[in-house]
Amino acid sequence: MCLAIPAKVVELRDGDLAVIDLGGVRKEISLALVEDVWPGDFVIVHVGYALQKLDPVEAQKTLALFAGLAASEAVA
Amino acid sequence: MKYVDEFRDGGLARTIAARIAAEVRPDRTYHFMEFCGGHTHAISRYGVTDLLPANVVMVHGPGCPVCVLPIGRIDMAIELVLASPPTPLRKAGCGPSGRGPSRSLCTYADTMRVPASGGLSLMKAKAKGADIRMVYSASDALRIAREEPDREVVFLAIGFETTTPPTALVVREAAALGLTNFTVFCNHVLTPSAIAHILESPEVRDLGTVVIDGFVGPAHVSTIIGSQPYDYFAEEYRKPVVIAGFEPLDVMQAIEMLVRQVNDGRAEVENEFTRAVTPEGNARAKALVADVFELRRAFEWRGLGKVPYSALRLKEQWASFDAERRFTMTERSVADNKACECGAILRGVKKPTDCKVFGTVCTPETPIGSCMVSSEGACAAHYTYGRFRSEASTA
Amino acid sequence: MSAVRKGYVRPIDFKRGLVDMSHGSGGRAMAQLIDELFVEAFDNSWLREMNDQARLPMPSGRLVVATDSHVVSPLFFPGGDIGCLSVHGTVNDVAMAGARPLYLTSGFILEEGFPLADLKRIVDSMAAAAKQAGVAIVTGDTKVVERGKGDGVFINTTGVGVVAEGIEISGDRARPGDAILVSGTMGDHGVAIMSLRENLTFETTIRSDTAALHGLVAAMIAAVPTIHCLRDPTRGGLATTLNEIARQSDCGMRLEESAIPVRSEVAAACEFLGLDPLYVANEGKLVAICARNDAQRLLEAMRAHPLGRDAAKVGEVVEDAHHFVQMRTGFGGSRMVDWLAGEQLPRIC
Repeated sequence: MCLAIPAKVVELRDGDLAVIDLGGVRKEISLALVEDVWPGDFVIVHVGYALQKLDPVEAQKTLALFAGLAASEAVA
Repeated sequence: MKYVDEFRDGGLARTIAARIAAEVRPDRTYHFMEFCGGHTHAISRYGVTDLLPANVVMVHGPGCPVCVLPIGRIDMAIELVLASPPTPLRKAGCGPSGRGPSRSLCTYADTMRVPASGGLSLMKAKAKGADIRMVYSASDALRIAREEPDREVVFLAIGFETTTPPTALVVREAAALGLTNFTVFCNHVLTPSAIAHILESPEVRDLGTVVIDGFVGPAHVSTIIGSQPYDYFAEEYRKPVVIAGFEPLDVMQAIEMLVRQVNDGRAEVENEFTRAVTPEGNARAKALVADVFELRRAFEWRGLGKVPYSALRLKEQWASFDAERRFTMTERSVADNKACECGAILRGVKKPTDCKVFGTVCTPETPIGSCMVSSEGACAAHYTYGRFRSEASTA
Repeated sequence: MSAVRKGYVRPIDFKRGLVDMSHGSGGRAMAQLIDELFVEAFDNSWLREMNDQARLPMPSGRLVVATDSHVVSPLFFPGGDIGCLSVHGTVNDVAMAGARPLYLTSGFILEEGFPLADLKRIVDSMAAAAKQAGVAIVTGDTKVVERGKGDGVFINTTGVGVVAEGIEISGDRARPGDAILVSGTMGDHGVAIMSLRENLTFETTIRSDTAALHGLVAAMIAAVPTIHCLRDPTRGGLATTLNEIARQSDCGMRLEESAIPVRSEVAAACEFLGLDPLYVANEGKLVAICARNDAQRLLEAMRAHPLGRDAAKVGEVVEDAHHFVQMRTGFGGSRMVDWLAGEQLPRIC
């Protein structure tokens, strides 16, 4: 399934590396496939690489969609 | 876990379930194929089926890179590292016995149990003495090559568009480091061509009509390739596609969106996974893949046969990192077991329980067909998570 | 075991020394190792007799015997090491019959070249664990295999205990309607070990839960003497243990996923690796099955004990000719919790 999980970037290291945190578990991964990622950002991690940045606004909108709210109600 | 737990909330699940129940038309059945094993796994593991109306039927597609890896490719990998392969393998004769430095095969753990010829698998080849190591990341394979310069380290690269960019990166890194003992045995496959194959392959006529009213589109694959590649299916085949995340609420939301499209007579590409998927995808990753890989004219998928333009290989420029060129490996095709119905199951024509060998000789411990190999395969998912539904009545 | 007079030879170098073939040869070097390491650490009157066996008084009740071989890698991990694990594992196997463990034997298979410092650390850890558990290591054996033919050290322990008449705890005694309890969080040991595996390394504060459970078991029996089944969900985790009991007892089970305690770090590590905490090993947890009416009393007794603080009722035994273990998921659906297929391996897909 291309097992991947959103995790928070907590530290940037040399050579495109970063430390991510998922529920208290930390792991060094590579940011070589993504651009403009900073500590505090969430990234989708797969086999030790960040595949994409996670958009927190869009995540809120999707949660609002689940609840049957209009997207605007969630972001407001 | 932020952005995980919220998307598994049971309360919201009931909300979406109620909406789906209100929207489905009682006079018809909805068949949706989730292409990805990730969706299959989520549906089985969280019991999503229990929350769907009976006339919404999920068909499990071929989107598991482990499941679709054909026997011949595993044979080739074993042959690289096993000193004395068993008889079906020995003929081609490119084993490492007595020649050059010893070889190590690095692989994601998922491939360890995939059945090969002669009752072998990577797990069994390892037991027979082959140096096969499980890695979490392609970069671990590269690290082993750097740390052990006297060994030929071959990375068994598998996976869809998600796993391909990391492989591209390590090939470039190996080149930059001037490594001469690192190669990739490339088995990367492409999602859109497999979906197209399911919709239009000649086998579909033999196997019967595939009734698919829409697709739940890939999650993580789409983070790389974006949502645009699916436009073709919506236009050409008039099939709705909703790209969805791999959490169970994502799947349910996508189902609701598909039901609406069907009811409205629409066939569009919609994106439920907007938190990680854009129309264009990940430009940097796509550029890396385009730099290192090129299309193969055809590639064999276990259960699907040869699928045109469905896989990648290393470009000529990177030939020295291509295990297939470096070790003159012989391409070979090994037929799937005849009793196995994987071909029909992967296309959604049959259900796992329609197969005679399901749960008898074909089990997760002794898989015969591809769908039983990984926990994401349609058969393995039903066997492991859903068997009680089909067997309870025969108690 | 032959005796060596104290002070007769130069003491073993436990700082820089290595195990060599002479340590398993039966000669003076072996006798010295036994003397200065094992007898010293495990110290008890049976060992001091220096015989090849221990003569033990016959306790009243029924004897319970269990054996377990320990081959963990790495040998040292957060929360423990192979030494204390080899005591806890066997003590727990004895305790799961409702028994009081009394004695242990220890068989060591050492690899040539293994640092004596590490061996001493392991033996001291065993000694401390045995002392804390109140069991005596009464006899033992040491063998050395050539370099490359072992993994540092393997330890086999056999435990002897005694169970009172009237206590009938067995895996075939689960009955439809019974309650299923667990003594705490699932998967801690397995994740602690995996966090150190080469190529998987991640940082976590998770420690192995390795612990001797007979004290908890005694407290549980005091509260509910009619417990039906006890088992420690080690390899294969809770899922495998429940499937074993379902088969033995000819029944099925229904679990409630949201009731199963799992530490958030363990859940997170499992997400990374594509594993299911229900299949991950524990070394200091137990599953208890008892009549529905006894469940609350048993749960309270468990929670009152330090090793059962997070105890929970996680499901019930049902009639099922297929012996299926089913689970209502936190999401609201249902699924099976099947036997572990093959080995629990990290997944990428």
